[in-house]
Order: sequence, then structure tokens, then C-alpha cells
Amino acid sequence: MPVQIRGTVLTVRRVDAYHALTLVAPAIATRFRPGQFITIAVGGPESSMLGRRAFAVHDVRPDHGGTVEFVFEARGPGTRWLAGLRARDTLDTVGPLGRPFPIPRDPSSCLLLGVGYGSAPLFALAARLRERGCSADYLLGAQSADRVFGALTARRNGRSAAVATTDGSFGARGPVTGLMEQIIREARTDVIYACAPVPVLREVTAIAGRYDIPVQASVDVPMACGTGVCMGCVLPVTGTDGITRIVRSCVDGPVFRGDLIRWDDMGTIPFDALGAPGWNPARSPESRYAG
Amino acid sequence: MPADMSARLGQAELPNLVLAAAGCAGAGRELAQFVDVARVGALISKSIMAEAHTGNPAPRLAETPSGMLNSVGLQGPGVDAFLQRDLPWLLSRGARVVVSIAGQTIREYAGLAARLSDTAGVTAIEVNLSCPNAEDAGQLFALDPQQAGSVIAAVRGSTRYDIPVFAKLSPDVTDIVAVASACVAAGTDGLSLINTLLGMAIDPATMRPVLAGKYGGLSGPAIRPVAVRCVWQVRAAFPGVPIIGAGGVRTGRDALELLLAGASMIAVGTEIIHDPSACSRVLKELEEELAAIGADRAADVVGQAHGRFPAAWPGPPR
Repeated sequence: MPVQIRGTVLTVRRVDAYHALTLVAPAIATRFRPGQFITIAVGGPESSMLGRRAFAVHDVRPDHGGTVEFVFEARGPGTRWLAGLRARDTLDTVGPLGRPFPIPRDPSSCLLLGVGYGSAPLFALAARLRERGCSADYLLGAQSADRVFGALTARRNGRSAAVATTDGSFGARGPVTGLMEQIIREARTDVIYACAPVPVLREVTAIAGRYDIPVQASVDVPMACGTGVCMGCVLPVTGTDGITRIVRSCVDGPVFRGDLIRWDDMGTIPFDALGAPGWNPARSPESRYAG
Repeated sequence: MPADMSARLGQAELPNLVLAAAGCAGAGRELAQFVDVARVGALISKSIMAEAHTGNPAPRLAETPSGMLNSVGLQGPGVDAFLQRDLPWLLSRGARVVVSIAGQTIREYAGLAARLSDTAGVTAIEVNLSCPNAEDAGQLFALDPQQAGSVIAAVRGSTRYDIPVFAKLSPDVTDIVAVASACVAAGTDGLSLINTLLGMAIDPATMRPVLAGKYGGLSGPAIRPVAVRCVWQVRAAFPGVPIIGAGGVRTGRDALELLLAGASMIAVGTEIIHDPSACSRVLKELEEELAAIGADRAADVVGQAHGRFPAAWPGPPR
């Protein structure tokens, strides 16, 4: 169950091309599970920015009763405002929200793949995986070296850590997916956790499919409320019953099984989705909408 | 002593006059994580249609200055799933439910009203008239007084006598009083003012519309002055018709403004997206506003702005 609190800013620090903001938010820290996110109202009480900003939680710590840290890039008015905050400022914060990463029941070989600051939620996940006796191999990627987030931590904590950058300034040159197959074979990967832009997630899912490896994909689609009321963050996802529904990333995700997302139909309403124009409810045994 | 915030909606006595606007409270469960739905004046459901509806493709939302553009396109489970799942849940939590209905033909509206009349626990029906009329080249019902009146007449005729019908009007008309007049003549019990204004945003980076649906409904504080004007005009024309005022209410002060213009209830919409506990906060702030002006009952200030100016008006605070 998420809570709405006023979190107090502990620190805002620069991490290469990004910012990391740590909030004192005990009620959120104690409820948090890896993969979940928080939303923040930006711009102060008279703000003209009505959409809340959603951020995957990077880390929670027990100090000050419980702190929550998230990583972001200051690239719009909302995130630039956040980057300008100082210690003791307070933030209207809601969380933890969304479905967390499912954790394997038995010790498994896990590949943790992150692009840019998308890798932020993977480190808390790795800690949780270790508690279950799972191993974590990291594969991090970005445009350039300053946009790879957490490579040092990955090296320290992972069984292995590989990096790929588009410009070759850090690790291998090229996309992260270029290194994937080699790691899958060497590490005998059982499951892949991926946080990346949609085109990368789609590619990751396709490669994993060839090796019959399940992918838990955390999708990054713009959100406005984070609680499920605004219906903004929708994507077409096939249910385990085989029916495609237009679901909300904020409440039904952000973590989805990669093979259930209709990657090719993102940004569309597939004709066979439940309730699509021309969809015939008379042919379906009963109303099976689960949105 | 705190002011009496209660309001009457048909047969129902609402504990307070701050409602959750249609399409901004989800199915109720989303909101219930942050506010006690039994303490919200009433929850207005997302607009319910006869069948399940996927709505429009993403992107569906665009943030604009003090506003939000949306082209969600009435995504919803259809009336069957609503009655089986969402309504019983809300009632079990002690909520009062106003069901918003939407249709593409007058028959569809009437059919929905009849279905809801067979169901216990519907406090009122709000008729979302901002839907394309399949029999009139996709023209919105709300834009044509005659079509709007026909829908209301059909809905009123199909609705149980003790369930009030509210017509939700679009501000995108030259003369909102003309549409309100047609709805009143057709037997509406009240009016909901206002729905969103049609708007558009283009992303200079992609040089294309931001929304997949190209246009979207503009809501949020940016449209509040339009809501105040519409409520004022309709109240002036029909002082006896109850009005649910909606449009950019963010604070208790905003709610008071709409009450003064003539609304007897307030619906909080887009602000719920920004602040999930907005309904309870706005109520608390409105209580404080009323206490500050010494009003014993919220009902006492309804329409007060239509009176003469006080002699020594200091001007609004800055």
C-alpha cells in the first residue's frame, strides 16, 4: 500500500551526467521492494506543472529512520527544479508504487541489464537476489562513459559486470544487446531483468526468446499520476489468458514479462485488444476485462 | 464551529459537497489508497459505456501550463463489468456513487440509464454529453442544444424517478446557456459544469502533435476562469437548478469561487492526478475559507457573487 508523505531532502548530488536525490521517507523506505517507484510533485505549491514525476527507487537505507534515493537526468523544467533543491527542502512524495520485480524461488543465474540511469533500480534488486542465493551478472550500457550509471557498484557487487557504450568511451563499442548472447552463454543465465528504453527492451526480449529465457522488463513510459487514475501510461499487454488488454504501466507494471508486451504495437490499439473498435464482445464468453 | 458542508443530491444527503470528478478517481480503488472514499461527498465514476472500450493509443496526456491535455478516449470496462465489480466495491466502502454515462447514440444513453435504474446504490446519473454522435457525423452531443436536449429527455425518461440526472456540458460552445436551457427543458435535475476544453499541443522537437489523438481535452487550473464564467451564466439564467461546479479546482479557495458563482457542489478533477488526496484537502481548506468569512453553512454562500458589490471592497489579496 503506497503512502503520500512530505519527504525531506537529505542530499542532491551530481553523479556524472545525472543527479541523485536522497529523501528522508521512512514510511516509503520500509514498504519498498526493488522495481517499485515513487512520484513527486514538482515546482512547489503554486506549480504550473500538474503531472507528478515518476522515478524508480535506486536505494533505500535505514539511516534517519529510512531514506529513499532516486536518480534522474535534469532535462526538463520539472527535473531541473529537482536538481536545484537543497537539504531540508520538502517534497510531496507518493510511494512505493507499482509491481516490484518478481524474485526467483530457487537460486538462479540472473542477468541485470540497464541502459543509462535506467540501471538505478537494479542494485537494490541484486541485493535482494543475493539473499535468495541468486547470482547477478551486470550488463550496463549508455551513449557514453558519463552516462553509464553504477558501473563501479556493479563491478564490486556483481559476479561479473560488462559495459557497452555507443561511442566506445567505456567498455565495448556498440549497443548493450551486442554483448548479451555471450553473457547468456557464459553465465548460463536463467532470468533477465532489464531496465532500458522501449526499443532496447524489445530487442532484449527477442534475443532472450531465442534462448528461452524469461525477461522481466521494467518499461519507462511517461506517467502523470502514478496511481492509476489518469490512464495516461498505457501499453498493450497480453494476459496469461491470451487476451490483449490496454493496461496501465503504473499499476499493472512497471515490471512486465517481456514476452507478454506487444512491442510491435506500442503506441497503437491492436485490433484484437479487448474493447478495441470492432472487437465483438458477443464472441467472448463473458466480460473478461481486467484493467 | 466548523461550517455545515452537507449537500443534497436528489434523495441523497451528501456529508459534504466536494466530489471526485468523472475520470479522475479511476474505479475508486486507486483513490481509496489515499482518501477514505466514504468521506468524499460522492464519487463520480469514469464515463461508463455499454461495452468495453480500449480508448485511444498513447501518448494520451500532455502537460501544459497549469493544465493537462488528455485524449484517453473513455477507456473502460463497459457497464456489465462496472456493475459486477466496481460499483459493489465502492458501495461496500460506504461511498456514494454518481455514475457518469457516455454513448454514441441516444438509444445507448437511454439503455445505460435503464440498466442503472435496475441497480441499487446509484446516487445520481451524470450524462457526459461530450461524445461523438454516431448518427450526426460524429458531432458532439454537447455542442448542439437540440441533440443535448434529446439525450437528456431519453435518459430522464429511462431513469427511475428517484435518481437525479445531471447533464455535463461542454464549454466549447458559443452560448452555454442555450445548451443548459435545452437540458432543463428536457427535464434534467441538475447540471455539471464544465467538461474539458478542446486543445492541442505540438512538440517542436518532433514537429508533430504530442497526443496520438491529435486533440485533447484541456483541464486543470488553466480553465478555472472558464468554469467560473459558465457556472455564473447558467446560475444567472436558472437560479433553481443545482450545479456541480468543476474545472481547475485546486484549493479550498478555488472551490469557494465556484460556490460563489452558483455551484452547490464542487467536483475535483485534474488536481487528483497532481495530489491523490486532493478531495479531502480541498474540503478541509474550504471549511477554513468558510470559517474565515463567518459562514455557518456552505449552502449560504452559493451564488452569493450574484449579489451587489460590498461597499468597501478591498480587492483580492495578492
